[in-house]
Formats: sequence, C-alpha cells, structure tokens
Amino acid sequence: MASLQMAALLSAPSTPVPSDRVRVGSLRLSASSSSAARNGGALVVRSEAKVSGGGASARGLSLITHAVAEKAAAASSADSKPGHELLLFEALREGLDEEMERDPTVCVMGEDVGHYGGSYKVTKGLATKYGDLRVLDTPIAENSFTGMGIGSAMTGLRPVVEGMNMGFLLLAYNQISNNCGMLHYTSGGQFKIPIVIRGPGGVGRQLGAEHSQRLESYFQSIPGLQMVACSTPYNAKGLMKAAIRSENPVVLFEHVLLYNLKERIPDEEYVLSLEEAEMVRPGEHVTILTYSRMRYHVMQAAKTLVNKGYDPEVIDIRSLKPFDLYTIGNSIKKTHRVLIVEECMRTGGIGASLRSAIIDNFWDYLDAPILCLSSQDVPTPYAGTLENWTVVQPEQIVAAVEQLCK
Amino acid sequence: MAAALLRRASTSPSASLLRPLSGRLFSSSSDESVLSIETSVPFTGHKIEPPSRMVDTTPKELLSFFSDMALMRRMEIAADSLYKAKLIRGFCHLYDGQEAVAVGMEAAITKADGIITAYRDHCTFLGRGGNLVQAFSELMGRQAGCSNGKGGSMHFYKKDASFYGGHGIVGAQVPLGCGVAFAQKYNKEGAVTFALYGDGAANQGQLFEALNISALWDLPAILVCENNHYGMGTAEWRAAKSPAYYKRGDYVPGLKVDGMDALAVKQACKFAKEYALANGPIILEMDTYRYHGHSMSDPGSTYRTRDEISGVRQVSQERDPIERVRKLILAHDIAPASELKDIEKEVRKQVDDAIAQAKESPMPDASELFTNVYVKGYGAESFGADRKEIRATLP
Repeated sequence: MASLQMAALLSAPSTPVPSDRVRVGSLRLSASSSSAARNGGALVVRSEAKVSGGGASARGLSLITHAVAEKAAAASSADSKPGHELLLFEALREGLDEEMERDPTVCVMGEDVGHYGGSYKVTKGLATKYGDLRVLDTPIAENSFTGMGIGSAMTGLRPVVEGMNMGFLLLAYNQISNNCGMLHYTSGGQFKIPIVIRGPGGVGRQLGAEHSQRLESYFQSIPGLQMVACSTPYNAKGLMKAAIRSENPVVLFEHVLLYNLKERIPDEEYVLSLEEAEMVRPGEHVTILTYSRMRYHVMQAAKTLVNKGYDPEVIDIRSLKPFDLYTIGNSIKKTHRVLIVEECMRTGGIGASLRSAIIDNFWDYLDAPILCLSSQDVPTPYAGTLENWTVVQPEQIVAAVEQLCK
Repeated sequence: MAAALLRRASTSPSASLLRPLSGRLFSSSSDESVLSIETSVPFTGHKIEPPSRMVDTTPKELLSFFSDMALMRRMEIAADSLYKAKLIRGFCHLYDGQEAVAVGMEAAITKADGIITAYRDHCTFLGRGGNLVQAFSELMGRQAGCSNGKGGSMHFYKKDASFYGGHGIVGAQVPLGCGVAFAQKYNKEGAVTFALYGDGAANQGQLFEALNISALWDLPAILVCENNHYGMGTAEWRAAKSPAYYKRGDYVPGLKVDGMDALAVKQACKFAKEYALANGPIILEMDTYRYHGHSMSDPGSTYRTRDEISGVRQVSQERDPIERVRKLILAHDIAPASELKDIEKEVRKQVDDAIAQAKESPMPDASELFTNVYVKGYGAESFGADRKEIRATLP
C-alpha cells in the first residue's frame, strides 16, 4: 500500500494543467501530491469542492521532504477530496459495469463469473444486475468458450472473456491465435473481432508453477492482437473501458497480487488510450521501463535510488503490443540509458522484444547497453524463498541502475 | 443463382443455343407445382422422431438443384486442373461428391441463418451467394478474391450472407459456430447457425465442449457432421470407436441423413431449423462421399480403391447427387435430357469465363501486406480526467 501511495506522490502530469480548466486528474493522488513537481504551482480544483490540502500552493515545487506521502493530511481531508477510493478489482468492475450499461452488446463469459461473482470478485454483482444472458457462467472448457466468444464477436457482439487464470488460456491458444488474431486479415477485413480477453496472470504468492505463468510472452507474436497490462486502479478502469470499446481483439493482463491496491479515482468517466505508456516518475539519469507488478518493485527501488542521488525516470509501458515507442523514445533521447524490468522470463519475453525494438529505433541515443532484468527461465517454484529468487527484486534493480550509471 | 447466370448469359451473343428458362414449356407440370418425392433412404433418429421421407419440392427447385450442383462440380474439377497447372498453390480441398449438402441446406434456410464450415468451403461459398470470379481469384491469390487474395482456399468468407468461413484448423470452427448461434439468441434474431465439420473433426474435444455449452444455454446451433468416411487418410472405423456420429451428442438428439440426396438434406435442415429454434442444439450426420482425395496432395487411392469410389458414384450404389437429380427431372418430365446437357455446357462456359477473368486480376499490392491486421485507428479515444484529450492514432 505504501508503495502505491509513494508512487502516486512521485508521479506527476507531464504537462502543466491550465488553471482555468476544471480537472480532477491531479487530485486523484493523495493530498500532498498537489505539490507534485511539474505542476508549476498551478492549483487545479473542482468547481464545487473545497480546496484540498490547504497550503498546497505554498509548498515548494521541487522539494520532496518525504519519500512517502503523509498519511495525516490524507485522512483529514478525505471528505473534501473529489473522486472515490476503491480497490483495483473494484475499478475493473466499475469499468465493466459502465460499459455494459452503455452498450447492450457487451457481455461477459467465463468460469464462475456469474452467480459466484468471479474468483477475484471482478464481476461481483453483475449477474444480478444484467441477468444470465449477459453474464454467462461457462463450464470449464476454455478452448470452446473462447471460440464461442470469438464467434459471437464476428457477428458484432462485444464479449469480455475471462480466463480464471491467464495460464488456463493456453488451452484456448488456437482460438486466440488463429481465429481471434487472424480472422480480420484472412477475411480481407470482412470480420472484426471486438473481443476482450482478460484475466490475472503473473507470479503470485506460492501458487505453483502452472498458476504463475506470464502469457504476455506467448501471445506477443500473434499478429492482429493488442495487449495491455494494467497496474493501478486508475489505469485498470481506463484500460478496461478502452479495451471494450476497441474494434480490435485486446488481451488485458491483470496481476494476481495487484487486485487489492487502493487508489482514489475520478468520479467522471474517463477512457485511457490503449497504446500509450504512463510516465510514473520523470527523471534525468536513466529510463526504467516496466509494467504490471514490477512497477512497484521499481518504485521501491526508486526510493533507494533517490536517496543515493540518482534520478530515475520510470515509465509503465502499459501497452505491451504495440509498444509506445513515442514516449519511450523521448525518454531515451533524454536519459541515454535504459533498464527494462519485467516479470516475463528472460527467453522470449516482452523485455526481449522491447530491447530489440529500442535497438532498431534508438541505437544512436544510447550511451550504454540496454539492461533487461527478467525472471529466471525456470518454472516458478512453490517454496517462498525460491519464488522470490525467480522474480526481480528491488535490490537487483538498484544494482542495475548503479551499474548503468557508472 | 445459376439460373441468374443463365439468364445473363442469354443476352450474350454466344449463348444463342440456350433458351431462357422462363420461356420454355414444360411437358407436364408448371414451374411451381408441388411434387412429393421420397428420399432414397428413411431418416434415422437418435432421441428424436425423424421427419417424413416424403419431401415437397417443385420443378423449379429441382432444376435449380441440378444447375447449382453442376456449377459446383464444374468449379471443383476446374480447380483441380488449375492446381495441377500450379496456379493454385498450397492446400486445395475439393468438395465434388458432397454438393448435395451445400445445395440442400441452402434450399431450407435463409441468408439470415449462419453457416460455418471447415476448409472444404468452395461450394458452400458459392451456395451462400458467392460468385465464381471471387472464388477463383481467391484460389489464385488475386486482388479480386473474396478475401482480397490474403486468405486462400481455406479462408472464404461472405459476411453479408452470414457465411463465417472457411477455417483451416480442424474442429476450431465448431465453437465459433456455437458463438454465432449465441449471438443470434442474444439478439433475438430467430435464426439458426449450421456448424459443419467432418468425421475426422468429430473426435475433437472442443466439439463436445461447445455442444455441452450450447445445450446448457439452449442455443440455436445445428452441428452438421459431413461424414465422408475418411478423416484425411484414415477411415472412420480406424479413427472413431463409435462411428455413429449422429448419436455422439448423447443427450443432444441427432438425425442421420443421406447426404448425397439433396432433397433429404433439405428436409433434414428444415426439420433441424425448426427444432433448434424451439429446443436448442441438434446434430445432423450427412452420409456423403468425396471423389477426390483429402486435398490435392492426396491421390485418394492409397487408403481406398478406385472401385470403391466408382461404386459409390455410379456403379453399385449410384449415389452421385447430380445424377440422382437428373434422373428425377427426367422421370417427372420436367425437362428433356438435351436441356440438361445444355445447362452443363453453359455451366462449363461460365466456369471457363470466370477463370479467364480471375486470371486477369492482379496480385495484391505490396501495401496489402499490412492492411487489415488491425482495424484502422484501433478504435479507442482517450478523454476525460487523464489530462490529455488526444485521439489514439497510428504513427
């Protein structure tokens, strides 16, 4: 939790917001973050709400006295802050609910999504609200219900297919690769597949090898598929809505360990761009590219790095296919050093593709070889200590940055 | 469909031999009079009362069966020659012998009903309203093809006629077809979907998964097994412990149909459509036969004898669908044999013209390599509280 609040503090809008435009974007963060560095002192308020945090504008612009947000300030002005606080799985549900309300062709298919409410409660309450024909409990038959989702998408429905764990979707790989990804092409553009395939993946807490898979590395070569990974309640809701509205098949990767993250998100409707990366912390010395859970390990390492005098720029790439080379490229042009931190395995992971994309496009801007920290090429062990050693830990990130910036 | 071709042809100078259909006099019955004809064999039902053997049809319909099947047969034979001339490459799976399934099904349903099939799809495409030029162009990989030359033999689609393809991976089209049926139920369309597969695909697990879900959710899905008795090179008795594919649905009722009798197919599909709209899925097993091998790379004679093929076709069993309809037409005095011969000649000409036209179509442009990978623009805008009101655009 602390890491998220800290992440919220250190992130900032990349362009200053004109003070005459009413926005609540920057106020989604904890109270003290209205002093976030880049804002240039422009206080952005909601028209009816009280100004939060009182002396926000009086605080120094670039002085960060605390690496962790002050909890006291946050608690006292909770009522006056706009937006509402929720957990990541609730944010996903909110996004899904809003889209189902808005568009009657959106339906949900998956195991235990209906009456049970979803094994991670993402679809809780939706079956009672929308009925059994729109929130469908399927038998344990991934290959066929993914195929059925794709078939119904061919006619114009917008199904959201949930894999209870991303790893189970390997059983539906044929449908996802051949039918989902390729039908638009092989039919000469006749059929669109506006399907969303989502589910939790990644290494959890001792879930065992088969339930700790990172499917983004397997799906990334499928042409015609779009992949995004959410990491905060804010981007989870925005990406869910964007994925449902997209005409292309989108795979939305969630992470088992991130479902209970809490954040304050705006009350108004918002939709994020599927192909954009998120600037988590602007900096000058090194570009750290990451996504999903590793974002939090990176931000934890950033705390240490800041205390050691480094200024890392952290970007949550969010869009795994295609990469947002615009944001990434601008960052590399500024810092000239790149570190990729991912949860995929070393061989054939997202980091491997990202590395080669950066080399192809931005070779001239690099002052040092691109470092890529990934999980080990092993099945995830059950024992806790071994499991910790398979994924990248903050200490390794600190060491890598130190090596890069030598 | 072929009748329309014939009518168009009658205005061209070289078709002076062909008398327009509408102007001829029948020796005994008018175009629309109803004939009741018995199917070759009765239907066999599994957990359901089979429909009657007596099928109502009209002379017009029988003639359309004849010309449509003749066109399909001619197209497949021409595709064989084109393949040997290396104008069609890769995989080419031919449907000759099985035409009655495509034609009989079309007679029982509308274009609102969906059809999805596997890779032996050329004739199904034609039945759904596709034209010859599109088909041949696609086979030869040209721009005028129904998938712009990017799909090939196994990827014919026609969205406006609810033809969902055209799929290369065995069995994968059945869950897709059940998904289409799901959407039809979701949108309350009152239509059904026919998901066709072969006796080889009948052993795929995803079929039973999809059938289970369809039965649970009462979807208007009709699973049609085109049993040509060979799954690629393996005979059905060597691949399936229980080759009674119409019974494989267990709790789902099934019907076994003579798939080389267009009238029986029509009756069965009509029956199945009524059943599926009211009750949920049903399985149809079409007992049929393919004269060619599995594909053009398979001679078709290593795992069966030429005698068997000719036996089924004309010698002992006499099940060839076109011959059967020809005999019916002649027996009921609907048209003289010479007219049927003319139709066949005309059909041959249609196919030759279409091939010539398709050959003129160019190969796709190099830029077509990258089109239709994604729907243009990705379709999402970002707005609202994200502080950036930009539209997502392709770089």
